[in-house]
Parts: sequence; structure tokens; C-alpha cells
Amino acid sequence: MFMEFFNSLLEGKLLGMKCKDCGSYTCPPKHTCNSCSSRNLEKTILSGKGTVKTYTVTYVAPMGYEKEVPYVVALVELDEGPWIIGRLDVDPKIAEENDLTDKRVSIFAKEMPSEMFYPMKEKRIVPYFRIEG
Amino acid sequence: MRVAVIGVGMTKFGKHPDKSLVDLFADAFFEALEDANIELKNVEAIYFGNFVGEMTDGSANLSGFVADEVGLKNIPAIRYEGACASSSVAFREAVRAVKAGYYNCVAVGGAEKLLSAGTAIGTRALATAVDGVYEMAAGLTFPGVFALAARYYAKKYEIPLQKLREMMAHVSVKNHKYGAVNPKAQFYGKYGDLKVEDVLNSRMICSPLTLLDCCPMTDGGSAVIVANEKFAKEVCGDPVYVLGTGQASGGSLFRQGEDIIKAIPRKIAAEMAFREAKITPKDVDFVEVHDCFTIAEIIALEAMGFFEYGTACYATAEGVTSIDGDLPVNPDGGLIGKGHPVGATGTSQIYTAVKQLRNEFKWNQVKDARIAMTDTLGGDFGTLVNIILGVD
Repeated sequence: MFMEFFNSLLEGKLLGMKCKDCGSYTCPPKHTCNSCSSRNLEKTILSGKGTVKTYTVTYVAPMGYEKEVPYVVALVELDEGPWIIGRLDVDPKIAEENDLTDKRVSIFAKEMPSEMFYPMKEKRIVPYFRIEG
Repeated sequence: MRVAVIGVGMTKFGKHPDKSLVDLFADAFFEALEDANIELKNVEAIYFGNFVGEMTDGSANLSGFVADEVGLKNIPAIRYEGACASSSVAFREAVRAVKAGYYNCVAVGGAEKLLSAGTAIGTRALATAVDGVYEMAAGLTFPGVFALAARYYAKKYEIPLQKLREMMAHVSVKNHKYGAVNPKAQFYGKYGDLKVEDVLNSRMICSPLTLLDCCPMTDGGSAVIVANEKFAKEVCGDPVYVLGTGQASGGSLFRQGEDIIKAIPRKIAAEMAFREAKITPKDVDFVEVHDCFTIAEIIALEAMGFFEYGTACYATAEGVTSIDGDLPVNPDGGLIGKGHPVGATGTSQIYTAVKQLRNEFKWNQVKDARIAMTDTLGGDFGTLVNIILGVD
């Protein structure tokens, strides 16, 4: 379901799954609930808001990503519970000089070039986090 | 019947542009065969670990080629892939097959050539061990995984990031000190007198991890001979025994949430190994842990049960994990000082454990070592293997 997830994100919608058994959310979607492993799930659109838990400024990139450095990779805890990975939409210098953990963010997507081994061959859709306020 | 390790071998770790993956395994295999003092025909199967031969050398399907290269035509040969834990997975499967009675004697090992592949291909190859869809979309790298863990560790345990970086640097200082005296290590004769400041001030790779917080890219091979107790006693009076093994798995880093600093699969794998060996962490004389990054050694020691969560950093800075401390960790230099030829790393940890338990690791011998434990991590807590070895 990753193609649907990324294409929805380009339209500003964060696709996830709500578990009809335990009530918790899984995002991005998975075949099973990330909390209780149930398959009794329904698609849902999440708020797209969350909090930065940790991040790193990457200076050495893998083949195919060299032109993008330095870039800031972050783990964000969504308001609905799941943690999600993406990039912080912030100047790497600001990320180095300040503690951006606990900052409130909202998610959006950017299209970037794909690379030889990436599963989506036409384009790579990267989740980005915009710092609010 | 118990299962024993009766022979060990490894190439020097470092740069081997003149050797193929098959050559690196063969060199280590023959050293192990001679160490075991057995004949080629005694080896009934090969368990071979390799991570990214496809990307570094354009080679997959390597198991048949390694068997043929060492002169063992037509025996079962299997390649195992569990990222950095590949040959530890292979080792555990071999132990289980011998224990189950399928074989009397088998060879286990691995080979990898990441240094010769160059940094760009090497970094991309290593990144194939993260979630290929969502984590690669963001360009997550392996230093990135542990950089995320390091910053969260500081936050969660309320340690100023700079203070944590200094404590992490002690891992690099210690492991380089031990790697510098290990003739098989990539950094043999180098970096033996690093200072904490050197680690802090080296080139930033993924903040807060610098180059000296990271293990290097490495070419190398390793191999061990595994046999049942009956055969082991026939060829060597006093072998090293496998007391317990454990393995567990995990998904993408982001799916683990706040457990990214707890390495839950490792906790489960270690507990499985302790249960099988009928011992507790207190009984272990030294450990070989997966220090792919400085923070990784700290997280590993906590998840394995040697220290409470959030405290191994302090113990490390106080010298508890040095060769003369209460729990020597990575006396061969670990991945940081010895090098990390991914598919060969697991059985190279077994190599060190066996040499130490036989009192043959003269350049950095742990005194009176009777029980050793290894820990290998593949991916971002995706594949975890723990092995406990001991002598009677």
C-alpha cells in the first residue's frame, strides 16, 4: 500500500490504519496492527500533526543521495501515537545549533529523484516535517 | 549431546582488493581446518554468511562457489543473510543442525568486501538493511540510525548531549586501544592512544556521531568448525562448548517507537541464550558486542542485561568495560577497532571468544575467562543473535 500512502501524502493526506480491535493507529499502513497484530483494520486519514522525538543531520549520503546532503532525518511521534520517519524542513545549521526535539510539526511531501535501487522507479516521495510556530 | 567449536580462523581485516569473497572465506576456512586438526572430508556442510555480495562484487549464490573453492564438491552449502548478523545466524543454524543430529561436523563462516567497494556504494549497500520503502525515502543511513538513537538516549535519560558524546567517546578510545594491539585488526598499530577529544573533534558523519564514533568499512573473512561433543573429543581433548544461543527479530526503526534505545529483540535473544545456558549475566566473564557505533555498544550492554537502561554510558566512562574492569567488552577491538566485514563479523566474534577461552589471545587476554558471550545485530534491531560459549 506504499504507493497509495505516498500519493495521498502528495495531496496532503496522511494515510494510516485504525485497529477495530484495540483502537490504536498504524502509520504508514501495514498488513497488521503495529500494537496487537490484528488484521481487523480500516483505512483512515490522520491529522498529520506531531512532535519531533529525535533527529540527525546527515553529512555522508549513500550512492544516489549525494546531492541532497546535508539533510535532516527525523523521527516524529504523531498525535495519534505512531512514530514516523521523514525529513525536517529546516536549515541543517539551525538543527545543529538548536535542540529541535519536542518541536511541534506538520507533515507534507516533496518529490525527489529516485535512484537505482529504490522501489518506486519514477520518483521518490519524501515525507517532510514543517516546524510550526 | 553438546555442540563444540573445534577450530577457528580469520583473515586480517582491512583492505583486500586482490581477493574475491570466495578467496576471503577460503583463507579463513583453511586456518580453521588446521586449527581443528581435522581432514577436509570431515566437513559435511557449509553455512556461509554474506550480506551484499550482489552490490559490492556483483555476486550472489555464493555458497556453492565457496564449497567448490575449498574442495568440498557436492556437499550442502547454504548462504545466510541477516545483514551484519549474517554469520551469527549461520552459526546458530549450524549449531542447531549438529545438535539435532543431522551432521557431526560442519564449517560456518562469512566474507564481505565493503572497503574495496568505496564509501558511496558501501554506504548504499549498508543502507539496504534499513526499511527499503519508508526509511530509504528519507535517506536514512546506518550512522543515521544510531545518531537518532543517541540523541533520543540523551533526551530520554536526561543527559546533556555533549556529556553523552564524551561518554560514548570512551567506547571508541577503548576499542581502538585493543584493536591497535590485535594483529588481525584493521587498525593494528594505529589509533592506540586516541583521546576523547580526538573522537569529539573528528569529522561529523551523522550528528552527533563523528567518524571515530563509527566502525570502518572493511574487507575480510572468518570461519569456525562446529562439531558434536563425540567428534570434538576425538580430535581435541578440551573443546569450547556452545552453552546457549538466542535469536529474535524486529521491524523498521520507526515502528519501534520509544523502544529504539531498548533494543527489545536483543533483550529477548539474550534472555533465550541465558535460559538455554542456565546462567545469568553475572556468570559471563567477557563479551563481544556489536559496537557498529559507540552508542551501539552502550545500548547492547543494557539490552543484554549487564547494566540497567540508561547506565552503561557511565559504566563505560568509569572503565568497567575495559580489560581489567568487571566486564571486559570487545577485547579484540570490536567492530570499531578490529573492523566490520559485515558477513564475516559474527564468526570473527566467535573466533575471539574461542581464542580467549583457550587462553591463546596473548595480545589482550582476559584473565581466567571461562564463559564468553557474543552479540551481533543486523539492521536497525532487525536481526539479533546472542551466543554463549564456555569451557569445562
